[in-house]
Amino acid sequence: MPDHERHDDERLFAPVMRVGRGFWMLAACAGVLGFLGLVAWLVQLRRGLSVTGLNVPVYWGLYITHFVFFIGISHAGTLISAILRLSNAEWRRPITRAAEVITVLVLFFGMGCILLDLGRPDRALFVLRHANLRSPLLWDVIAVTTYLTASTIYLYLPLIPDIALLRDRLPQRRWLYRPLSLGWAGTPRQQRILHRAISVMAVLVIPIAVSVHTVVSWVFAMTVQPMWHSTIFGPYFVVGAIFSGIAAIILATAIVRRAYRLEAYLKPVHFDNLGILLLVMACLWFYFTFAELLTTYYGAEPSHMAVFLSKTEGRFAPSFWTMIVACFVVPVALLARRRTRATVWATVVAALSVEIGMWLERFLIVVPSLSVPRLPMEAAPYAPSWVEWSLFAAFVGVFVLLYAVFTKLFPIVSIWEVREGRDRSIADVARRVESYLPDGGAGP
Amino acid sequence: MARWGMVIDLDRCTACQACVVACQVENNVPPAGSVDAARGRAISWLRLVPLDGREAHGTRPALRLVPLPCQHCDLPPCTPVCPVYATQKDEEGFVAQIYPRCIGCRYCTTACPYTVRDFNWRRPEWPAPMEQSLSPDVSVRPRGVVEKCTFCHHRLQLARDQARAEGRPLREQDYVPACVQTCPANAMAFGDLDDPRSTVARLSRSPRAFRLLEELGTGPKVVYLSKGEWGA
Repeated sequence: MPDHERHDDERLFAPVMRVGRGFWMLAACAGVLGFLGLVAWLVQLRRGLSVTGLNVPVYWGLYITHFVFFIGISHAGTLISAILRLSNAEWRRPITRAAEVITVLVLFFGMGCILLDLGRPDRALFVLRHANLRSPLLWDVIAVTTYLTASTIYLYLPLIPDIALLRDRLPQRRWLYRPLSLGWAGTPRQQRILHRAISVMAVLVIPIAVSVHTVVSWVFAMTVQPMWHSTIFGPYFVVGAIFSGIAAIILATAIVRRAYRLEAYLKPVHFDNLGILLLVMACLWFYFTFAELLTTYYGAEPSHMAVFLSKTEGRFAPSFWTMIVACFVVPVALLARRRTRATVWATVVAALSVEIGMWLERFLIVVPSLSVPRLPMEAAPYAPSWVEWSLFAAFVGVFVLLYAVFTKLFPIVSIWEVREGRDRSIADVARRVESYLPDGGAGP
Repeated sequence: MARWGMVIDLDRCTACQACVVACQVENNVPPAGSVDAARGRAISWLRLVPLDGREAHGTRPALRLVPLPCQHCDLPPCTPVCPVYATQKDEEGFVAQIYPRCIGCRYCTTACPYTVRDFNWRRPEWPAPMEQSLSPDVSVRPRGVVEKCTFCHHRLQLARDQARAEGRPLREQDYVPACVQTCPANAMAFGDLDDPRSTVARLSRSPRAFRLLEELGTGPKVVYLSKGEWGA
């Protein structure tokens, strides 16, 4: 075995082999948050949605905001990693899995938000028994379950060779790894099938991912409500989703890098490249936001303007302008210059800012349109209750915990893909570049 | 088949809210209490909403209170969005809510441009002895479901049974919702909009007639009458 491979094993297997103090501290914190969420949930089950801050006409609040937010983050993994795989971006190798896990886990929390929002959660399965295919909510059910299935398969396939490695290294966990490895022995035939399956899933997952967030936007856009009824909403939501998804990848890889000392694998160049992607998405997001706002403003339809003004100068103005700063000004200022982008911390700060901004964006889509209905009514402003906030904190806490548990069961950096990059891709890339050149790069 | 509709004459309406109270009593709508009312959670199938208007023959702007029941739209935006068919427009044009089917997602309440759908934030309660005077003709809604104005549909069923028992066809005056029956100013009328001889059909042809948010294409079956100018 060559030296570098042994080194490989050490660093990347280490998180799976050892459970340190940090993990238990994280588990304790997440446990506290989870318990708080459980209490809040029981209170809500007992007393109904009266324990939220919702009212007439703000029938939807944080739960729907978080549904859109979580489903948006889910575009982190599967979509980005599929695009990077298909475009042969070699730098993707150490980050794809970290991204794909986000997708699979966060989708459960997105669906959980819908369950929390139901007045009658006991009747949730009615959406299957009495499905009305004309309802955009049902389109959501179909799109999200399809996406969850596809992204789970897409996470699992590239895991198989790594599970086989673990099966051979950790006899005490054979009960888990043996069935999951599906008898992987790395034969040329198995490799061929695996590569083919991954490619098929990567292609399949892209339209599914795009459809998911398009359909999420249609829940709003299909109504006639001011500033919801917009043709731009489908692509606008997809752009926002990819935007917040890339920010989530940056945060996750930065934490994994720090916690497991993986600086050798997750290098500044990865954050540099992710930073460029984030910068591009920040510009696209701003373009969409600007187009949406200017069209509304210029058309100046009174019911739309009421919502518009509540955002730009009314009750929601502080959140709105914070959103503009957090989603556009901060990331562009930090990422447009190579000097700052090359430092990991700047990219991480930009990503954190984008997550905050995108949370505000989701909130500002859901709540203001409902707060200013077409026919005026006496309404108390919506203020989320402790129950809604606790359940959000619990979801975030438990998500982080489950993510950490995943890193304890499976390598968070794909070992075989990194090895493949080292063993095969350097030659592959050289050949590819040669093929671009006249005379196959032979030169005069 | 009849197409039931309502006419509300705003030039006669005194905003006394007798219709609101009659509706609450008729349909077993629970009183909200001051705390819930202040939080914007009072259930009311018929509310008075303040609209800007101008009095007839004058430029003096005035805030006018307009009774707003469910408009029972011909093309309701609320029904197609329901994921479980818990709300549908029936063949006589009533936009009905099926309480045992509703999952409480409140998509219909957000899709309704008139904001006339209500949600049961908590279990309905009546202070003693009010619970003894509940109407047996209208079901009490459980917590967590959406409810709305039915045009007092149960009265239509009773009137139909009555007419059948007496072996005669249903007459126009046999069926009126509680709000229309109660209005002391005689500002409300109810009947078949498709019957050209009915009061509502005649009134809805008046030059004073208009519908709320007509431009959305919802086809509301509540017609308002006013000489003044109105804007939402």
